[in-house]
Amino acid sequence: MAVATPVPTGKRRRRGGTKLQRRQTRLAWLLLLPSLAVVALVAMYPLGKTIYQSFTDQEFLALLPTQWVGLQNYQDLWHDTQFRDSIWTTIKFTLITVTIEFALGLAIALVVNSKFKGRGLMRAVMLVPWAIPTVVAAQMWKWMLDDTFGVINDAGVRLHILSHSHAWISEPSTALGAVCAVDIWKTTPFVALLLLAGLQVIPQDLYEAAEVDGASVLQQFWKITLPLLKPAILVTLIFRTLDALRVFDVFYVFFGNRPDTQTMAIYAQSTIVGDGHVGYGAAISVAIFLIIAIFVVIYVTVNRAVSDE
Amino acid sequence: MTTAAETVRAPARTTSRTRRLRKNPYGRFLVRIPFWILIAAIFIYALFPFYWVIRSSFTPEVNLFQTPVKYIPTHPTLENYRGALSASFFQDALLNSTIVAGSVTILSLVIGSFAAYALGRFKFHGRSFVMYLMLSMTIFPQIAILGALYTTISKFHLYDTLGALIFTYLIFTLPFTVWVLTSFMRALPGDLEEAAYVDGATPLQVFYKVLLPLIAPGLVTTGLLAFISAWNEYLYALSFIQSPNKYTVPLAITSFVSPTGSGFAVPWGQIMAATVIVTLPLLIMVLVLQKRIIAGLTAGAVKG
Repeated sequence: MAVATPVPTGKRRRRGGTKLQRRQTRLAWLLLLPSLAVVALVAMYPLGKTIYQSFTDQEFLALLPTQWVGLQNYQDLWHDTQFRDSIWTTIKFTLITVTIEFALGLAIALVVNSKFKGRGLMRAVMLVPWAIPTVVAAQMWKWMLDDTFGVINDAGVRLHILSHSHAWISEPSTALGAVCAVDIWKTTPFVALLLLAGLQVIPQDLYEAAEVDGASVLQQFWKITLPLLKPAILVTLIFRTLDALRVFDVFYVFFGNRPDTQTMAIYAQSTIVGDGHVGYGAAISVAIFLIIAIFVVIYVTVNRAVSDE
Repeated sequence: MTTAAETVRAPARTTSRTRRLRKNPYGRFLVRIPFWILIAAIFIYALFPFYWVIRSSFTPEVNLFQTPVKYIPTHPTLENYRGALSASFFQDALLNSTIVAGSVTILSLVIGSFAAYALGRFKFHGRSFVMYLMLSMTIFPQIAILGALYTTISKFHLYDTLGALIFTYLIFTLPFTVWVLTSFMRALPGDLEEAAYVDGATPLQVFYKVLLPLIAPGLVTTGLLAFISAWNEYLYALSFIQSPNKYTVPLAITSFVSPTGSGFAVPWGQIMAATVIVTLPLLIMVLVLQKRIIAGLTAGAVKG
């Protein structure tokens, strides 16, 4: 900010300029104030408070006063097998869904990117699964996956894909797959739309030039599409990974807080709200925050390395 | 691009057969068949679950729990819709969700458009810092502050109130709104305000008389996206709401229980009817505004 110093008369015009600028700066911060206040109140303060709580033994509606316990919660967390399982479940879910959604989404984006009748309709159809609440999508699939009256078992058996009906959600071997199926159905179209937006900014004449030079479709894909789509791909992957790591809704609707299929977010929520262990839950929250931060750092590094090429 | 073009010049001959095929009308049709199969597969994959919801919502409960499964309802009925709509917690949920999502949307748009005006039309120190702050907020994991919000909310006696949700939902709607509206503000031509300033308008008049009308499409898009994300939220609603008459739609849709308490544990017919009811308004809004939504989404994500 400008420091008030005596200004020689010859520079009066410049001083006027800075005065206008100063007024503009003040107005800008004034306009930003409500937003910054909300961010401070709803995000920053709670984050600080969560970090503080994670060093205490705070209980919800406790009779005893809260005490500072230092790193005790984190030590317990380190040996907490339930938390370790929840990390593992979350990471498996993230890897499976992000990979499949990306592969399918890219394929769909490429198909929809070519000109054909009904392309607008197609894009509208793709928005539909994205727009409905995840909880609603989970309920739809829970019914379709029903062990006796579900359409997936019925169709699978009729078409001889399945030898018998499965209890997809309650069988531990298929539970994770069932959840992934819902997420993939709901999110793939969204991934496709993001990639499609990336595809549409690639200049069409590059393809025309390649066509003239006799490049095959596959060559065009590897030499033109993929390199130019890289920024869109990276952003899409970041968004999807971060979303998948904090997954809550589908798992909760399918399993409640069944221990063998808990995600990190469900474990934290049930510890805080279900059991009232606010202090320990805060430690879990901080750990989740750090795990997600690690992924962000990895992506940012990769992003730099790729764009420096 | 020249390098790419040069490396692929050699195998030009191999593609000539497909090209000849494409010139022939029948050939063109043949080439297109796998393409249309793909399109059809995508359509079915995206829409079949919706067909199944609609089919189940019109099928009487008795036929729903019968094997073999029937693919088209033989005795369509409105009984499920009547059941769902007569559940008082579901009626309340529709109203509650409208209040919560509506308030959050309006608050985000008002507060967010001020911020977007500052970030999009002013040059000042700290501008890019605020932009980064807002961007990092859009990926903020809500679970990370659940405990602190939970204790704060109960301290201020907001537990089990809609106010708690309106307040906390701002964390994911506001930064996103600011980010997208800023990109709309910046896209406006640079000398737009000049004329108004010459005529003696104040910055605030410029804001609501000149700029705001111009970014109206952006407001609609961003508002809709904020509305959808607030309408769909589950984690905070589950944690901060307890009484059935305060339920939001996602809570209500998981709370249907069989009226008799015996027999079929889950009244899937009613749940599917409720699903249709809550999906329909969103569906219509999304289809009407689809181009704008895609523009808004890509402004929020791809430019980031």
